[in-house]
Amino acid sequence: MPTNTKHRRFVATAVAVTLGATTLAACGSSDDDSDAQSGPAKLTYWTWTPGMDKVVDLWNKGPGKEQQITVTVKKQASGDTLVTKILTAHKAGKGPDLVQAEYQALPTLVSNDAVADIAGEAGEAEGDFAEGVWQQTTLGTDAVYAIPQDIGPMMFYYREDLFKEYGLTVPTTWDEFAETARKLKEEAPDVDLTTFSANDSGLFAGLAQQAGAKWWTTEGQKWKVGIDDAATQKVADFWGGLVEEGAIDNQPMYTPAWNKALNTGKQIAWVSAVWAPGTLTTAAPDTAGKWKMAPLPQWSKSEDVTGSWGGSSTAVTTDSKHKEAAAKFATWLNTDQEALAALAKEGGIYPAATTAQLSEAFAEPPAYFSNQPDFYTRAAAIAKTTAPSAWGPNVNVAYTTFKDAFAAAAKDRSDFGAALTTMQDETVADLEKQGFEVAE
Amino acid sequence: MTSTRKEPSGVVGTPGGRPTPVARTSGGRPSPARARSRGRGGAPYVFLLPATVLFALFFALPIGYALWLSLHKVEVKGLGLGAGARQEVWAGLENYADALTDSELLAGALRVVGYGAIVVPVMLGLALVFALMLDSEKVRLTRFTRLAIFLPYAVPGVVAALLWGFLYLPDVSPFYFVLDELGLPQPDLLDGGPLYLALSNIAVWGGTGFNMIVIYTSLQSIPNEVYEAARLDGATPLQIALRIKIPMVAPSLVLTFFFSIIATLQVFSEPTTLKPLTNSVSTTWSPLMKVYQDAFGKGDIHAAAAGAVLIAVATLVLSFGFLRAANSRSKQEEAR
Repeated sequence: MPTNTKHRRFVATAVAVTLGATTLAACGSSDDDSDAQSGPAKLTYWTWTPGMDKVVDLWNKGPGKEQQITVTVKKQASGDTLVTKILTAHKAGKGPDLVQAEYQALPTLVSNDAVADIAGEAGEAEGDFAEGVWQQTTLGTDAVYAIPQDIGPMMFYYREDLFKEYGLTVPTTWDEFAETARKLKEEAPDVDLTTFSANDSGLFAGLAQQAGAKWWTTEGQKWKVGIDDAATQKVADFWGGLVEEGAIDNQPMYTPAWNKALNTGKQIAWVSAVWAPGTLTTAAPDTAGKWKMAPLPQWSKSEDVTGSWGGSSTAVTTDSKHKEAAAKFATWLNTDQEALAALAKEGGIYPAATTAQLSEAFAEPPAYFSNQPDFYTRAAAIAKTTAPSAWGPNVNVAYTTFKDAFAAAAKDRSDFGAALTTMQDETVADLEKQGFEVAE
Repeated sequence: MTSTRKEPSGVVGTPGGRPTPVARTSGGRPSPARARSRGRGGAPYVFLLPATVLFALFFALPIGYALWLSLHKVEVKGLGLGAGARQEVWAGLENYADALTDSELLAGALRVVGYGAIVVPVMLGLALVFALMLDSEKVRLTRFTRLAIFLPYAVPGVVAALLWGFLYLPDVSPFYFVLDELGLPQPDLLDGGPLYLALSNIAVWGGTGFNMIVIYTSLQSIPNEVYEAARLDGATPLQIALRIKIPMVAPSLVLTFFFSIIATLQVFSEPTTLKPLTNSVSTTWSPLMKVYQDAFGKGDIHAAAAGAVLIAVATLVLSFGFLRAANSRSKQEEAR
């Protein structure tokens, strides 16, 4: 994917050049605590990954014991709530030492000076990760604000048996996807291929990312918001068109109704990410072994790109008194084979570290996909094709606006383009209100 | 949330706990002269101290902080990355101007008014009717019925909303199954006008019992002689209810109305719980949800503080305005 690499470089250089000055300033702040490193360190770690305490036990009994670094896990709620909590704690100077942060939240945390630059302590970990993943934790600068933990490359999930029954073939392009949806409507009017759900902004962001959208870029000292760029418009119009003509459903996901639709074959496909088996296990338990995973449909036959939906990293806060120790733990947690195997087993995460993606923990397919023995081999191949992402300092605002604007548009089966414009306008207005300079 | 159950983020300091029905204090106050003659020392102040300290710490201070926050904003320099890129600066009334001109806040307020217009009359009407029925002598199984009507109040608001939410979803609701079997039309309860009914229903279901108990207790305290006199005068049970009981429990009706208005203005958990189930409830459906969204979705505590202060002011004006209106009416009646 030559175009892919080009995009990535473009973003990286653009941001790197413009942020050079600010990065230097940021580096300076992390040095003053270096004298606090000697002696035993007790660290607190805010995370929402289930079973993390068991993984941390491995550290506390092994490498942590040798280096006298003890980590305590404090279980947290995920997503936006945790970001707010971290920022509040940081304001009070009472932040934990380590936090789990979604990639799109990092610019917000960096911009509030809540997470520290650990390039000096953990920069060497770069080699363990794919370039596009690593770039999300550097924001394209020389700084390193977090160590990648898990990723969510997007894929297409479908009911193999029902596809056969209705005479459908697995779509490889979005055009074929639309045709498949229409054909299914003719075959079985009560059944939907899938739904357009407005209650998880990450899905739409991932789809836009696949199409080549870059929502936040910088120009000099100005941010440029490209939420309504051509690529995203293409994605919005595509889904809006399908909803409008009734080829797919317009109800939100993660509801009891949605679970039932998946479980009873009323919806027979789901555009999701590598973590889908976990969700399907609880949402559609009766259909285990009937689903299959395929690469996401492409915008043109020659392309091979996917977006990412979800994924998070481990960051060290600026409040930490033991940044070096914290960075050591973060590096161990996300690059050590034993730690990654435990993370996969206890937390059910899909690791960002490329070597771990084909490790023993991922030799077997997830139980739900026992019919697809090469599940993780394919997943690793798909993960490599992840398009770069471009996050900015107010992703939360864009995400919130998405939920309301697109929910209303989906409900009324009205113009998704207008909803996208709302999203763009609100995001720009918020940046300007905060005092950011925004390029036209 | 239309009874007096406490919201997690109550904006106005509604009296905590469950209010006891109208204990009117009249008389028995020591005359000022006697109070003055007894000890000029600081004893009263010492007794006042704990309450004052608690009030200052947990009431005045947070409100003061919210006011302070609402008058400030964060300003970013350049790209906003790195240390010292954000500064808290004086904003004056900017946050208030933004909130008042925000069409979403106004729309949310209107939605809540529409919701309240259904909830308050229906809930209080039902509560009054139930209370009168329980109070009449002919009803059997009073205790059981009273408990049965009161029980939903014991169900936490979020649980109630979830429970009803599942019943409203066509694909999983037994109601829809029955409607489908009978070949009857199946309305979409989570959209448009019916959404207001659906939300109101949860509040009415949860709140009627509490208000009924308040009114019922007040009915029980009416002396029996009054009824006897009425009966001797030839009043029918209906006339007794309309001419004696209702006027005599008017203070509790005022009280329940007062609490219902406050709770309605602060509606939050029902729409928040139903939100993930439908495209029709936005994240800023009610004003309080907008405040929550500003604070925890957008991370703008300054805008959230301004919104919260505005809601508090609106609640105060509306509820005390109502109390004053009710008071002056009863005074007029007394004067007559």
